[in-house]
Amino acid sequence: MAIYNLKINGKTQEIDVAPDTPVLWVLRDHAKLTGTKYGCGIGQCGACTIHIDGTAMRSCSLPVSSVGDKAITTIEGLSEAGDHPLQEAWVEHDVPQCGYCQAGQIMNAASLLKNNPSPSDADIDAAMNGNICRCGTYLRIKSAIKTASQKMG
Amino acid sequence: MTLIKTKHNRRSFLKVSSLAGGGMVLGFSWLAGCKPEGTAEAVEAIIMPDNWYDVNAFLKIGNNGVVTIMSPNPEIGQNVKTAMPMIVAEELDVDWKNVIVEQAGLNTESFSRQLAGGSQSIRQGWKSLRMAGATARRMLMEAAAKEWEVDVAELTTASGVITHEGSGRSIGYGEIASSAAGIEVPEEVELKDPKDFKIIGVPTKNVDGKKIATGQPLFGLDYQQEGMLIAMIEHPPAFGMTLKSMDAEAAKAMPGIVDIFTIDTYPEDVEKQWSDTSAFSELVAIVGNTTWEVLKAKKALKLEWEGKDAIENTSTIDQELEKRLLAAADDPARSRKDGDPEAAFRDAAQVIERTYSGPFLAHNTMEPMNFFAHVTADHAELVGPIQTPEFMRKTAAARLGLPEEKVSIMMTRMGGGFGRRLYGHFGIEAAAISQKINAPVKLIYTREDDMTQGTYRPTYKVTYRAALDADNNLIGFHVKGTGAPESPVFNNRFPAGTVDNYLAENNSRESNISTGAWRAPRSNFIAFAEQSFLDEVAEAAGKDPIDFRLGLFDRAISDPVGDSNDYDPERYAGVLKLVKEKAGWGQDKPGVHRGVSAYFCHNSYVAQVVDVVMEGDKPKIEKVWCAVDCGIVVNPEGALNQIEGGIVDGIGHALYSNMTFKDGKPEQNNFDKYRLIRHSEAPKEIEVFFVENGVDPTGLGEPSLPPVAAALANALARATGERLYSQPFVGTQQVLG
Ligand code: FES
Ligand code: FES
Repeated sequence: MAIYNLKINGKTQEIDVAPDTPVLWVLRDHAKLTGTKYGCGIGQCGACTIHIDGTAMRSCSLPVSSVGDKAITTIEGLSEAGDHPLQEAWVEHDVPQCGYCQAGQIMNAASLLKNNPSPSDADIDAAMNGNICRCGTYLRIKSAIKTASQKMG
Repeated sequence: MTLIKTKHNRRSFLKVSSLAGGGMVLGFSWLAGCKPEGTAEAVEAIIMPDNWYDVNAFLKIGNNGVVTIMSPNPEIGQNVKTAMPMIVAEELDVDWKNVIVEQAGLNTESFSRQLAGGSQSIRQGWKSLRMAGATARRMLMEAAAKEWEVDVAELTTASGVITHEGSGRSIGYGEIASSAAGIEVPEEVELKDPKDFKIIGVPTKNVDGKKIATGQPLFGLDYQQEGMLIAMIEHPPAFGMTLKSMDAEAAKAMPGIVDIFTIDTYPEDVEKQWSDTSAFSELVAIVGNTTWEVLKAKKALKLEWEGKDAIENTSTIDQELEKRLLAAADDPARSRKDGDPEAAFRDAAQVIERTYSGPFLAHNTMEPMNFFAHVTADHAELVGPIQTPEFMRKTAAARLGLPEEKVSIMMTRMGGGFGRRLYGHFGIEAAAISQKINAPVKLIYTREDDMTQGTYRPTYKVTYRAALDADNNLIGFHVKGTGAPESPVFNNRFPAGTVDNYLAENNSRESNISTGAWRAPRSNFIAFAEQSFLDEVAEAAGKDPIDFRLGLFDRAISDPVGDSNDYDPERYAGVLKLVKEKAGWGQDKPGVHRGVSAYFCHNSYVAQVVDVVMEGDKPKIEKVWCAVDCGIVVNPEGALNQIEGGIVDGIGHALYSNMTFKDGKPEQNNFDKYRLIRHSEAPKEIEVFFVENGVDPTGLGEPSLPPVAAALANALARATGERLYSQPFVGTQQVLG
């Protein structure tokens, strides 16, 4: 076990875990932040997407020891009042069905918009392809990203 | 106006009481008076509770006028948690913005059919939900009439306010609710005319939308309790195997591990319910403090397994199914024969014969199986994602040696169902582990556990034969299905009833690979086969594929063959005509290849046109046009989402998904090997058109999925010149990259 001082959603938390523990489980089991989801554990589905210094990463494949003092942002910390333009667009477009994949989709989309404020359809496809939605909400996700992009731009 | 009775056999569907602190509570049965008609499908899809008429759900009107409606049915993403309360609110005549929806726990005393499956929630709840709302409204009006000493017939309601025009008085529901609690439940109530609906038919957002978008803990996997341990299981690596020996010493000594032991989920003396499908009863349970510690110990286990039963290979199953297609039907009672099919084929000018196949499929709900259990000496608390809580409780009580009333089940939102969470073995496993370790535990399946211990979609094969006469009329039709462990054929579905000489027969094969319902059972495959085949028959007959199908429906409308056909040919033809018109079928669009398909299942009718363009040798789906007849559309927003999802899901599984077994072992165990459709592969556009006919609503969780594989296959056949006969299209055939 080792002690880590992690910056999670703007607050520093001391967490005592084995160095190889994926950030996903640190968040869910130790920080009790369950918005970040487990879907595959091998970097294939995107359900566990978080931001490390603003960039989308798969938390299931990221050992806690590699984070250092970089800022971790989860869906709970994406915006203070749950009003990030993407979150609002998600509600407006009624994107979720079961909803399980959506935190990962939103986090991935937020990272996309940060790097590319007005992405084309092809840009969205390329950036979002690692995020699976078994319910098949892809078209609505695309529309919601475009709406958010317009609002932010 | 429709009058509806609130009593059956002198028992009321409703019970009224006052709310502490002022207000009224109306308890009602979601299913009151709406036993489904005995269609084969309805009976099959739902196991009916014994007692229909126990008072059940709640509608609470607080003295501030806020209405709370309990949503009793499990929410798996099909949006009933929004749609069902909308129906109650409509008849109650309140503003949707003043309605709060709460998920109810399992309570068979109060609810009936707390089950999600077969796209039945809305269809079966329709009447009782309306009755509940209408009754509450009526009682509030009677209370107001009494207070004002006027005739109740002079009162009107709107947006939760009762008005007496004559005297200009008005009162909010909240203010009169306490007095309404003292009013006797009326024997009959009046339902709205659908043309006066204000909430039903209005696009309404998912009630949990914001919570989902902000990552609130809604799902089973998110559930936690103080002192809770984490459990995982290890099951045999292959179907037909059991545990031979376990060496857990090293794993037990690992940090954070509390215990490792074997459990027998279903000992022989425990009575199983239909929902207890599970191939592996004896499991190794690993229990510890945190998920990662348990995962590491799970990997460190030294386990030996041995074969105890047949060890299956998909390749062998395939070969055997092919033989069965050539053998005699297994059970003549499961066949249908009209006229003289042998003679029709003998005399035919042209016979077309094709065989189609589909693989085993995994459900792959994005949220893997999991359940929380806290079992003590005299009580069990179970919390998690389950589509059949009532059955889980029965088995849990039997397994734990507790009376049923000592087992409580709370349903969480489910990260997908698609049929998988009808089978609740994971809840029983969690309960058995908690009992053994005497602590609250959350059992979590890894994706690998989830994919390799499935209740898979069965594998299917079907051969179709069509006989055409010299004038290209369809004079004979023969379908023969097989599968492991069931045939996909529905004997009485289209085109039964449209051909004088018809034969449907089956011959299926057992397997110890566990299977179960998967989004639109059987239809999810047979629609592809049937609608691809009819496309080829139309081509052979030199007819337009839509006109050819419409010709068959004309026959079924004017002079149907047999009297057990399970579809309404006018509604079926209706969706085809609608999609034909909307998609501009028949107009050539350069570079666009089109395919059509139509299917009826789960009481709804769907027709689709798929437009494909080739980008190099890669097909791109430009657009899916979709016409739907599901009667009244309760929530168009949710309905569209379901339909779009079913289309994307259907396309994805037809193109990519495949579950194979070698030496009993699943060859795919995670998303690196099992391919699901991704963003870039989804259609660019989906446009949906509803038939407006005012008939009672039917479900939408499934019906848009089955036909789309055929519409796609038919479009691809035009694009590439090659027909597709087996799923998945990509990988098994070379035409597609
Ligand atoms: S859980 Fe991390 S990518 Fe699937
Ligand atoms: S909404 Fe269910 S997996 Fe995406």
